[in-house]
Amino acid sequence: MHPEDPQDPAPAHRSGEHGRTGDDRSGRGDTGHGDTRHGSPRDPRTGVSRRAVLGWAGAGAAVGAAGAATVGLAAREDPTPAGRSGLVPFHGAHQAGIATPVQDRLHFAAFDITTADRAALVRMLRTWTAAAAAMTAGDQVGSGATGDPQAPPGDTGEALGLPASRLTLTVGFGPGLFTRDGVDRFGLAALRPAPLIDLPAFPGDRLDPARSGGDLCVQACADDPQVAVHAVRNLARLGFGTASVRWSQLGFGKTSSTTPEAQTPRNLMGFKDGTRNIAGTDTAALERYVWVAPADGPAWMDGGSYLVARRIRMHIETWDRTPLGEQESIFGRAKGEGASFGRTHEHDPPDLAAMPEDAHVRLAHPDSNDGATILRRGYSFTDGTDGLGRLDAGLFFLAYQRDTRTGFLPVQQHLAGTEALGEYLQHVASAHFACPPGVRGPDDWWGSTLFGPTGT
Amino acid sequence: MPTPRTTPVAALPLAALLLAAATGCSSSSGGGTSSGTIQVTTSDDACQISTGTVPAGQVELRIKNTGSKVTEVYVYAPGDRIVTERENIGPGTSATLTAEIKPGSYEIACKPGMTGNGIRQQLTVTGGSGSAAAAAADPRLDAAVAGYRQYVQAQADATIPVVEQFAAAVKAGDVAQAKALFAPSRVGWERTEPVAESFGDIDPKTDTREDGVEAGQQWTGWHRLEKSLWVNGTISDEDRTLADQLVTDLKDWQTRVGTAEITATSMANGAKELLDEVATGKVTGEEDRYSHTDLSDFAANVEGAKEAYDLLKPVVAEKDPQLVQSLDAEFAQIQALLAKYKQPDGSYTPYDQVTEAERKTFSDSVNALAEPLSRLAAAVAPASPTP
Repeated sequence: MHPEDPQDPAPAHRSGEHGRTGDDRSGRGDTGHGDTRHGSPRDPRTGVSRRAVLGWAGAGAAVGAAGAATVGLAAREDPTPAGRSGLVPFHGAHQAGIATPVQDRLHFAAFDITTADRAALVRMLRTWTAAAAAMTAGDQVGSGATGDPQAPPGDTGEALGLPASRLTLTVGFGPGLFTRDGVDRFGLAALRPAPLIDLPAFPGDRLDPARSGGDLCVQACADDPQVAVHAVRNLARLGFGTASVRWSQLGFGKTSSTTPEAQTPRNLMGFKDGTRNIAGTDTAALERYVWVAPADGPAWMDGGSYLVARRIRMHIETWDRTPLGEQESIFGRAKGEGASFGRTHEHDPPDLAAMPEDAHVRLAHPDSNDGATILRRGYSFTDGTDGLGRLDAGLFFLAYQRDTRTGFLPVQQHLAGTEALGEYLQHVASAHFACPPGVRGPDDWWGSTLFGPTGT
Repeated sequence: MPTPRTTPVAALPLAALLLAAATGCSSSSGGGTSSGTIQVTTSDDACQISTGTVPAGQVELRIKNTGSKVTEVYVYAPGDRIVTERENIGPGTSATLTAEIKPGSYEIACKPGMTGNGIRQQLTVTGGSGSAAAAAADPRLDAAVAGYRQYVQAQADATIPVVEQFAAAVKAGDVAQAKALFAPSRVGWERTEPVAESFGDIDPKTDTREDGVEAGQQWTGWHRLEKSLWVNGTISDEDRTLADQLVTDLKDWQTRVGTAEITATSMANGAKELLDEVATGKVTGEEDRYSHTDLSDFAANVEGAKEAYDLLKPVVAEKDPQLVQSLDAEFAQIQALLAKYKQPDGSYTPYDQVTEAERKTFSDSVNALAEPLSRLAAAVAPASPTP
C-alpha cells in the first residue's frame, strides 16, 4: 500500500465523503464523515482510493479536491475522452445512471432476494449503498483490496488503478419484492406502485424465465467495462445470503444517447436509433416523461422512475442479407446520415407520412403513440453463439419512464406484431423495475423511502 | 477430493507438511548431546516423571512400563500436536525416546491400554525466548486445536471399520452392499479432508476423481471403485486389490493424522476449504458423479466445518460477535436445508434427483455461509504485522 502523504494539503481523494464503505454487513450502515484531508488509506474504515493505492497520489494531488469536482462536472456535460476519468455524483434527488450522459459500457444484474428477513434486506441495501458511494467515487470497497494477509480482501481488486470511469449504479425493485407467489414477503405489498405492472405478453415474445424478472436490479454503467463488472461483482458478493444473482447481462456498446449534441450511436443493425431521445439536460422533458411526480404516487417513488429491460435478439445474419433500400424502409431512415425519410439531417423533425406505415421510426414515434415518450438507454450485446453457427447478438433495451402504462406499454403494443423490423427481432427476456429516487446524502440509502428511514 | 489447482499446501496454508522444527523427531540420532533426561514410570493407573522441567535441546525419555497393560507414551505440544511418541511398550519392558524440543509448555501422556487421552503430566522446557512460548499466547486457542485434533483422530478411527466393511463387500462381489457402504465410508474423511490433504500423498491415492488423474498416476481409491460399482456394475480382480489398497492407505491416514500441524488459523482456513469443496465439487454434482451421493459428502463437509467453527467460537465471540451471529445463522440455515434431503436410513437424496432450482438454492446457501466463514481465520489469527 502506498499511503497518501498526510502532509499534502490536497490529497488525491474523495475518500472522506463516505467514511465507511461496504464491508459492513452488520447493519451499521451509517456513513462516517471523514475529513477529506485526513482520510488515510491505512484506515480500513475509510474509502481507499484505487489510484492512490498504486502510488498515483501525486497526480491526484495536483488536481486537488476542487479539481476532482470539476472533472465530475465536466463528465456530466461532455462525455468526451477528456472527461472519462471523471466522477458522476452518486448522491442527488434522482438516481444517477438515468439522465446521466450514457456511458460506453453496461453490466446489468437482476437478483432474487433469498432471505425472508426484512431487516437483513435493509442491511444489505445500506451496505450496498455505502459500497456504491465508494465505487462511484473511484474508491475501494470496505477494507480495500489489500491489507490483512489472513483475511480475504474486502474489495475484489480488479479495478485497482482504474479511474471511476463515470461509473453509475442504479437500483430498481421488481414486482417480486412486493409479493411473490401471492406472499407479502416483506410487508411491502400495499406499497407496490400501480405502474409496476406485470408486463403482458406481446406478439412475437419468446421469453426465457431464467433471464427475466428479478426482485431487484443493479444497472452499472461506466466507460470502462472492468469498472462496471467490478461494481456488480462486489455488490453480488456483499449480497450473499440475502440476494442471489438471477441473471446478468453485459452490454459492450451504447445504442442511445442522452446528449443530442453528441454523435448518436448505432445499433447492431448499423442504424442510428432513438435520435430524438430525451436529453439529460432537458429538465422539462425529464419531469414530464421520466421522473415520477409527487401527485403520481406512491410517495416513496417520488423522484424515481420505472425501468423496462428487454433482451432483444437480433437476427443479424438475415438482416445482413437484406438490401439496403429495404433496411432503410424498415427503419424509415437513411443508414448513412441517419436522416428520416424526406429529411436531410439526423436531427431534423421526422415526416412520419413520408415513411412506410410499418417503419420503425414511424410506429415508435410519440405522435403515433398518443405522445408516449420514453428515455432509452440500451446497449448492444453478443453472448457467444446460439449453437447454430450464428452470433447470439442484439439489443439489451433499457427504457426509463414516469409511468410504464403510458410509456413502454403502449409503444410496444403498437410495435409488436406490426413493425416490419419485427421479422428480424425476437424479445427473449423481460423485466420491470421501480427505481426509487436518488440517495440524498451520506446518511441516506437505497430504499429508504420504501422501507422507511429506519428500515423497520 | 481437491480440485487439481488446489495443492495440498493451499489446503492448509499455514501447515507445514513435515513436522515443524520444534518437534524434532523420535528417530533422530547422532551428535546431539542430551540436555535433559526424564525417567517416566508408567503403570496401569499412573504416569510418574522424574522431573517436570528440562532445558531446551535434546531431551531423552527413559520409559519403564511397570503395569500389566501394553502402554504408549506421547509428548504433546500445545494443541495436542504430537512431538514424539512411542507405542507398544509391553508390561515390564523399557523404552527410550529422544527428541529435540524447543522452549515452551508440553505434556507427557502415558496411555495404558493404548487408548484415550492418557494420564498427563506437565513438562516445561526452559531456555531462550522460543517462539513456542509465544505461540501459546491464548490457551483457549490451544484448547480449540486440541479439541479439533481429537475430533480428527476420532473421525479417522471411526472411518476404518466402515471402510473395512466396504472393502469386504467389494471383495465378496456384493455390489449392493458395497454401494450401500460407499457414502458412509467417506463421511469421516469428508468431515476432516483438509487435514488429510495436508499430508500431500494420501489424498491422491484415496480420493482422486477420474479427471484428476495425472500422467503416470494410477487411478486408485474410492472413486475408481465407485465407477466400477455404478457404471460397470461388476467387480474385477483389480477392484478387489484396490479395495485392500484403500484400507491400507486410510490406515496410513489414521496413523499419521495426529501429527498434522494444526493451528487455529489452519482450522479456520480448513473450514472455509471444506465449503470451497462443496461449492466447486458437490453443488455441481462432480464429486460423486457415478453414485450421485454428493449430498452425503456435502453434509459431512459442512459438519466438519462447523466442528472447527464451534471450537473456535469462544474466541471469535469476543473478537467479532457479529461474525458469530452470522455464522450461527448460516450454519443453521444450511443444515436445515440438508436435513430436508436426509432419508430415514441416514442416506441423502441422490443428487441426480435434485432439480436445477434446488441446486441453486444449495449454491446460494453455500455462498451465504462461505462468505462470512472466509473471515474466520483473520478473526482467530494473532494480530498480523502491518506490511
